Amino acid sequence: MALLEVKNLGISFGGLRAVDQFHVSIEKRQLYGLIGPNGAGKTTIFNLLTGVYKPTEGSILLDGISLVGKGPAQINQVGIARTFQNIRLFHKMTVLDNVKVALHNQIKYSVMEGVLRLPGYFKREKEMDKKALELLEVFNLHEEAGIIAANLPYGKQRKLEIARAMATNPKLILLDEPAAGMNPNETEELMENIRFIRDKFEMTILLIEHDMKLVAGICEQITVLNFGTELASGTPDMVLNDPKVITAYLGE
Amino acid sequence: MTKNRKNDKIKIVYSILAIVVIYILLKIAIDGGILNRQYRSLIVPIGINIILAVSLNLTTGFLGELALGHAGFMAIGAYVGALITLNMNASVYVELPLALLAGGLSAALAGLIIGIPVLRLRGDYLAIVTLAFNQIIISIINSMKVTNGAQGLSKIETYTNYKHFTSAFILVVITIIVIRNFVHSKHGRAVCAVRDNMIAAEASGLQVSRYKILAFAIAAFFAGVAGVIYAHNVSIIKPTNFEYTKSIEILVMVVLGGMGSIKGSIIAAAALTVLPEFLRGADDFRMLLYATVLIVMMLFNQSGVRDRLLGKRKLLSNSKNVKGE
Repeated sequence: MALLEVKNLGISFGGLRAVDQFHVSIEKRQLYGLIGPNGAGKTTIFNLLTGVYKPTEGSILLDGISLVGKGPAQINQVGIARTFQNIRLFHKMTVLDNVKVALHNQIKYSVMEGVLRLPGYFKREKEMDKKALELLEVFNLHEEAGIIAANLPYGKQRKLEIARAMATNPKLILLDEPAAGMNPNETEELMENIRFIRDKFEMTILLIEHDMKLVAGICEQITVLNFGTELASGTPDMVLNDPKVITAYLGE
Repeated sequence: MTKNRKNDKIKIVYSILAIVVIYILLKIAIDGGILNRQYRSLIVPIGINIILAVSLNLTTGFLGELALGHAGFMAIGAYVGALITLNMNASVYVELPLALLAGGLSAALAGLIIGIPVLRLRGDYLAIVTLAFNQIIISIINSMKVTNGAQGLSKIETYTNYKHFTSAFILVVITIIVIRNFVHSKHGRAVCAVRDNMIAAEASGLQVSRYKILAFAIAAFFAGVAGVIYAHNVSIIKPTNFEYTKSIEILVMVVLGGMGSIKGSIIAAAALTVLPEFLRGADDFRMLLYATVLIVMMLFNQSGVRDRLLGKRKLLSNSKNVKGE
C-alpha cells in the first residue's frame, strides 16, 4: 500500500471550488512533484494535508491512518512535516533553537526537570544539541548555528526550514516552493540536499515548485493541477510534453 | 561545546557571588542606618515589582501576548495570603510559606481559568479581555464579605517589611531563577516558538494552546506570590490597590526593560520604583516629572535597557556583566 493515499479530496470556500476530486497516491521513498499555474490550488492541497483546512469531502490516509479531522500538531506527530511558501521561521530564535523546537516531541523531559535543572535536563539538552547539529550539517548550516534565524540570507532560511521539518522525524515531507528566490547555484545545491535526505533518511517527499528544471531533475512522478482539478499525471517526460499542460501554462 | 559548559559554570559562580554581595550590601545599608526611612521602606517594594515585572515578561515578552490584568492575579494572591495569616495562629515559619503557596496557587488557578477562554484571542483583543478580567476580580473582592469590601483588610502581620527583607529577597531570587530556567528549557523554547510563528509552531508538532496556558499560569503564580509579599509588607490592602493602573505600571517596567529581557525587567522595576521617591523634592511637579522621565527613557532607549548595558559592558570587560542574572 502507498504511504499517502488521497481520494476524492475537495474543499469549497463559499462558492469557490478551490480543490475538486483530487487523487494522489505516493509510495514510500518517492519524490513527487505537484505543479500548476498560480492559483491552481497547490498550497490549498498542502493545507488540507496538514490540517490547516478541513476538507469538505474526501479521505487522506497516511500509512493507513486517517488524517481528516486532525489538527496540524497531531498530523505532524502522525508523520507529515512541511515548509511554507512564505518562509515561517522562529525568526527571533537562533538557528540551532529553531531545529531544537522541532525536536520537541522526539526528546522529552518534564517542566520540573527543566526548571530545577535536574540531570535529565542536561542529558536531554545535550542529546538535542547533537541531533540538531547533525541535521544542520546536512544543509551546511552548522557554522551558523548560533545566529538569529532572521539574520540568515534568504536561501539559507529556506534550507533551515527544511532542516526544521526534518527534525520532527516525519514519514512524509511537504516542500512548498523550496527553490523560490534562489539563484541557480543555490537551486543546484538544494536539489542535491533533497536527493540526499531522500536517500539517507529514506524520506518520502512531495514538493510544489515552479522551477521546471528542478522538477524535471528530481521528481519521479508529477501531478499537474489547474483550477483545482488534476490536469495530468505521470512521469516528468510524459507530463511536461503533454499539450494540455503546455496550454494551461502558456495559453492557446 | 565544552567551552560553553565551562562558561556556564563560571556564570553560575558569578551569579551566586552577585546575589550574596547584593544581599550583604542591603543588610549593611538597612542595619547600619545608611538609608533613611523613606528609602529603607522601598527595599521590599522593589523586590515585589521585580517579581511582577519578570513574571509579566513571561507572558508579554516570551509568549508575546499583551496582558493587562497582572494586578488582578496579584490581588488574588494578596487577599488569599492575608486571609490565611489573619485567621491562623501559628509561627511565621508556618504561616508565611503557607500563605505564599496558597496565594500563588490560587492566582495560578485564576490564570488557568482566564487562560483557556482567551486562547482564541490575540493581540489587542486579548489585552482588552485581560483588562476586563482585572476589573472583574476587583468587583468580586469589593462585593465579598470575607474580603471586607471596599474597606479592605487591615492589621495584616508585617512579615515582609524591611526588617524581614530576607524572605522577600529569597523569593525574588527564586522567581528569577525559575523563570530564567523555564525560558531556557524546551518548554520555554516552545513558548518562544509560539510567539515567533504560531502556524509554524503547530506544524512542528507543538500543542500551542498547552504552552500558552502554561506560560499564563506560571506568570499568574508569581504575580500571586508578589501579592502575598505586598499584603504582608503594607499591612493594609484595599481593592483599589490592584486596579488596572497597577497592571499598566508593571507593563511599563517590562516595556522599558525590553521585551523578553529578564535582566532589563529587573533593572527597570528597580528604577521605576525608586524614581517617584527620588522626585519627591519636586513636590507638585512630581508626577509630571515622572511622566516626562518615562517618555525620555523610552525615546532614548527604544530597544530596551538591556542592549545598551550589555553593549557597554562588553566594551569594558566580560567578567563584570553578571549582576542580577
